[in-house]
Amino acid sequence: MSRLQIIVFAFSALFFTEGKAQTIRIGELNSYKVFPAFLEPYKKGMELAIEEINASGGVLGKKLELVTRDDGGNPGDAVRVAEELISREGAHVLMGTFASNVGLAVSNLAAQRKVLFLASEPLTDKMVWENGNRYTFRLRPSTYMQTAMLIPEAVKLKKKRWAIVYPNYEYGQSATASFKKLLKAAQPDVEFVTEQASPLGKIDAGAVVQALIDAKPDAIFSSLFAADLQKFVREGNTRGLFKSTPVFNLLAGEPEYLDTLKDETPDGWWVTGYPWNAINTPEHRKFRDAYQKRWKDYPRQGSVVGYSAVYTVANAIRKAGSTDTEKVVDALRGLEMTTPFGPIVWRPLDHQSTMGAYVGQLAKKAGQGVMVNWRFADGANFLPPFEEVRALRKE
Amino acid sequence: MLLSSVLIQFLNGLAGASSLFLVAAGLSLIFGVTRIVNFAHGSLYMLGMYLAVWLAERIGFWAAVPLAAITVGAIGALAEISLLRRIYKAPELLQLLATFALLLLVKDFALWAWGPEDLLGPRAPGFAGAVEIAGNAFPQYDLLLILLGPLVLVLLQLLLSRTRWGILVRAATEDREMAGALGVNQRWLFTGVFALGALLAGLGGALQIPREPANLNVDLSVISDAFVVVVIGGLGSIPGAFLAALLIAEAKAFCIGLGYSQATLVIEFVIMAAVLVARPWGLLGRMPVPARPGAAEPPLAPPSRRLRWTLAIVACGLALLPLGSGGYTLVLLTDLLIFALFAASLHFIMGPGGMYSFGHAAYFGLGAYAAGILLLREKFPMELALALAPFAAGLAALAFGWFCVRLSGVYSAMLTLAFAQIAWSAVFQWDALTGGSNGLVGVWPAPWLSSKPAYYFLTLLICASGIFLLWRAIYSPFGLALRATRDSPLRAEASGIDVRATQWAAFAIAGLAAGVAGALYAFSKGSISPEALGIQRSVDGLVMVMLGGIQTLSGPVWGAALFAWLQDAAARNIDYWRAATGFVILALALVLPNGIGSLLQAKK
Repeated sequence: MSRLQIIVFAFSALFFTEGKAQTIRIGELNSYKVFPAFLEPYKKGMELAIEEINASGGVLGKKLELVTRDDGGNPGDAVRVAEELISREGAHVLMGTFASNVGLAVSNLAAQRKVLFLASEPLTDKMVWENGNRYTFRLRPSTYMQTAMLIPEAVKLKKKRWAIVYPNYEYGQSATASFKKLLKAAQPDVEFVTEQASPLGKIDAGAVVQALIDAKPDAIFSSLFAADLQKFVREGNTRGLFKSTPVFNLLAGEPEYLDTLKDETPDGWWVTGYPWNAINTPEHRKFRDAYQKRWKDYPRQGSVVGYSAVYTVANAIRKAGSTDTEKVVDALRGLEMTTPFGPIVWRPLDHQSTMGAYVGQLAKKAGQGVMVNWRFADGANFLPPFEEVRALRKE
Repeated sequence: MLLSSVLIQFLNGLAGASSLFLVAAGLSLIFGVTRIVNFAHGSLYMLGMYLAVWLAERIGFWAAVPLAAITVGAIGALAEISLLRRIYKAPELLQLLATFALLLLVKDFALWAWGPEDLLGPRAPGFAGAVEIAGNAFPQYDLLLILLGPLVLVLLQLLLSRTRWGILVRAATEDREMAGALGVNQRWLFTGVFALGALLAGLGGALQIPREPANLNVDLSVISDAFVVVVIGGLGSIPGAFLAALLIAEAKAFCIGLGYSQATLVIEFVIMAAVLVARPWGLLGRMPVPARPGAAEPPLAPPSRRLRWTLAIVACGLALLPLGSGGYTLVLLTDLLIFALFAASLHFIMGPGGMYSFGHAAYFGLGAYAAGILLLREKFPMELALALAPFAAGLAALAFGWFCVRLSGVYSAMLTLAFAQIAWSAVFQWDALTGGSNGLVGVWPAPWLSSKPAYYFLTLLICASGIFLLWRAIYSPFGLALRATRDSPLRAEASGIDVRATQWAAFAIAGLAAGVAGALYAFSKGSISPEALGIQRSVDGLVMVMLGGIQTLSGPVWGAALFAWLQDAAARNIDYWRAATGFVILALALVLPNGIGSLLQAKK
C-alpha cells in the first residue's frame, strides 16, 4: 500500500466512523439564549429520549444522534444554521424553533430544500394552515387549539363584557382573534370592552391594569406569559383587579411561567398548562420517574415537548423503514404514537399532532402555584372542521 | 376617561418616570463627562436587579437595595479602571465596542450565576399594599417611587452644584479640554463619574424588583429607553433627563389609558424624533463646544500596494471557491459578503463622513422588505425586485437624512435610531403589507439563481462591485468634499462646499448601498422579518465597523467577516457563545484600538 493510500484510508476512516453512515442525525435548532427558561428543560427532555431510544437498540439498528444549534432567535441566523445542519452535519431531519417568525422561516426553507422539519415549539396557527407545506409538521397544540380549550369554561360563565390583554406580536394577536371569534360564535351577545396590546417583555403593568379596571369588564382574557405575566399579576393583585373579575390566561399553568409566581399566584384563574405532579397516568408516571431520575429535577412543559419530539422522529423513521425524506414524510402522516400526555395522531390533513393540554384553575399551595380542577383536553377535539383547514391550506 | 382615572394614570406615569430617571441619570452623567456611549448601562441595571433579588432573600429588601447599588458602583469603577481607561485615546466610539462586549459578558454571566428562570423579587416590606386614591387602589410602593425620583434629582443637583467634586464634573461636562488644561485630574474624575453612574443604574435596578422580575432580557430593553431619555433631555443634563422621563412615562400611561396601547411600541421614539427636529440639543441640553481645529483626522491614504494585492487575491480566491467547496461554506460566505457591504455602507458615512448612525439597519431592512413586497405582493420577477428594492431604502435615507444632517454628533446618531425604530414599528404593525411580526416568507430567488453557487456568485458580484464603488467614491472629488465637511465644516463652507447637501447625498448613497445588501439578504434567506431593521442589526453594523477600524479603508469589510464568522463559530461550539464573542471583541479593542484594518495600512 502506498503512503498516499494509507493517508486516504486513514482520513476516510476518521470521517466515516465518526460520521454519517453509522447514526441517524436529528438537526435541532432553537433560541436557547433568548428563551432559556423554556428551552433548558426542553433540551433535557430531548436528551432523555435519545438515551432511552439508544439504550433499547436505536432506530433501524443505528444510533440516534442529536445535533443542537443556537438559532440566535432571528430568522436570518436560523436559516443559516438550518443550512449548516442540512449540508455540513448531514442531518436527516430538522427539528425545533420557538418564536413563530423563526419557525415559519425554517419551515419555508424545509419546503425549498425538501427536508422534513418537525416544528416542536412554535404555536402559530400559520405553521400548519396558511403557510403549511408537505415537509412541515407541528407537535404542540397551536394557539388556536389552546384558545379553543378555554372556550367551554368561558361560555359557562355567561359573562357579557370581556376585556383582553395580549403581547403585541403574532402569538398574542392570533390568540385574541381566535378567542373573539370562538366566543362570539358560542355566545352572540358578548361584548369586548377593551383590548390592551403590550410590547413583548415591556408591559406597563400599572397603566394596563388601571385601564382594565376603568373598562369595568365582567371577565378578562389574557395571553401574557413570562415577565409580562408576572408584572401583570403583581400589579393586578395590588390594585384589586382580580378580586371579582374571573381571568382566563393561556399558558399560565405551565411550570415555566407558573413557578415564578409563588405566593402571588392568583386564585381561580382558568389556564392551560401542565400539572406535572398530579398527572398519574401510567405513561406520564413512567416519563416523570425517568426524568427525575436522570436530571434530579422535575419536568416542565418544555421537557415533555422535547421528549415527545424525539420519539416522533424515531417512530416515523421506524415506520418508514428508511431515512429517505419522502418516505419519512409519508410515514409521519397519520402516525399514531403515545406520549407522556397519552396517545396522539399526526393528522394527514394538516400535519398537526393531536397532542392536547391540561385545562384547569390556579391555586396556591404552601406558597407555590398549582393547577386544580384540571382536566385533559385532547387536541383532536379542538380543531376546526376539515373544510375550513383545507381552505386555509389552499388545497 | 373619568377624572379619577386620569389622576391614577397620571400617578402611574409619575412612578414610571422615577424608574426611568434613575437609569437615565447615570447614563447622562457618564456621557456628559466621559463621552462614553455606555452600552453596558442596561447590564449594570440588570446586575442591580439580580443582586437585589439574591440579597433580599438573605438580608431583607431594604438592606439589599443599597448594598446592590454599591456593589454595582464598585463593578463600574473596576470596569472603568481596568478597561475603559485604556482606550480613551483611541478613536471615538471605540468605547462603544468595549461596552458592547461587556454587555455580552454580563448577560452570559447572569445566566450562569442565576439560571434561566425569571426571578420575581419580594414586595417591599412596609410598602406591600395599596392605598385608596379617588376610589382606586394605588400601590404604596409606587407612591414611594414617585418621591424617590425627585429626591435623587435634588441630591444629584446638590452634589453637582455644592461640592468641589461636582464643580469639577460640571467643568468637565462643559469643556473637557479646558478642565484638563486647568490641572483637573481627569483620570479620577472619570472613574468617580463612571462609578456614580453605575451606582445609579444599580440602584434603579434594585428599586425595580418589587415591580418587575429580574430577567435576562432587561438589559437591552432598558438601554434603549435610557438613551432616549438622555437624548430628549439633553446630554449631560440631569434635570433634562428628569423632564424627559416624565414626558415619556406620562405619554405611555395615557396611550394605554386612552386605548391606544399599540402606540406604546414606538411612542418614545416618535417623541425623540419630534424633540430633536425642534430642539437639536434636547430639551435642556446646550450646544456642545465645537471641536477645535487640529482635531482633524489624518487624510485617508490611498490603498497601499499591499492592500491592493491582498484585495485582489481575496477576490480571486472568493471567485474560485465554489470549485473546491460547496454546501455550507457558500451559505456562510454569502452572509459574510452581504454584511461586508452593509458594514462598508455604514463606514461610508461614519468614516469619511464623520456622521454616526445608530439606525443603519433601517435601510438594510427596508431594502429587504421592498424586495419581498415587490416579489410577493406585486408579483414582480425576482431580478426586477432585486434591482428596484434598494431604491426604497435610498428614498427612505433621503427622507430621514434631510433631518439627520441638520444635527451633529450623538444627537444626529440618535435621530437615525429614532427613525429606524419608527420604520421598525411600521413594519411590525402593518400586517397587510409586511406580514407583521411574522414577516414575509417565500422570498426565493429565480430558478436560475437558486442553486447555492449561483446565488453566491451573484452576491459576490454585486457586493464586490458595491464595495468597490463606495471606495472609489471616497477618493473622488465628492469623497474629498465629504472628508472636508467632517474635519472642518466652517472651512469647507468657506471654500464653497455645500456642507449639508454633501452630507445628505452621502447619507442617501449609504442608505442605497445598505438597501442592496438587504435585498440580497432577503433572497438568500427566503424570508424577512422585522429583526432585519431592529436595533440589534444596527449595533452589529457598528461593531463590524469599529472592529475593522473606522479610519481605515478596508477595515469594515474585515470587521464584518470576522464578526459574522465569530458568531457562527462560537455559537456552534460553545454553550456560552455570547461571552466568548464578548471576550474576543474586548481583546481586539484593547490590542488593536484602530481596528484590524490598520494592520493593512501603508507604513509611514
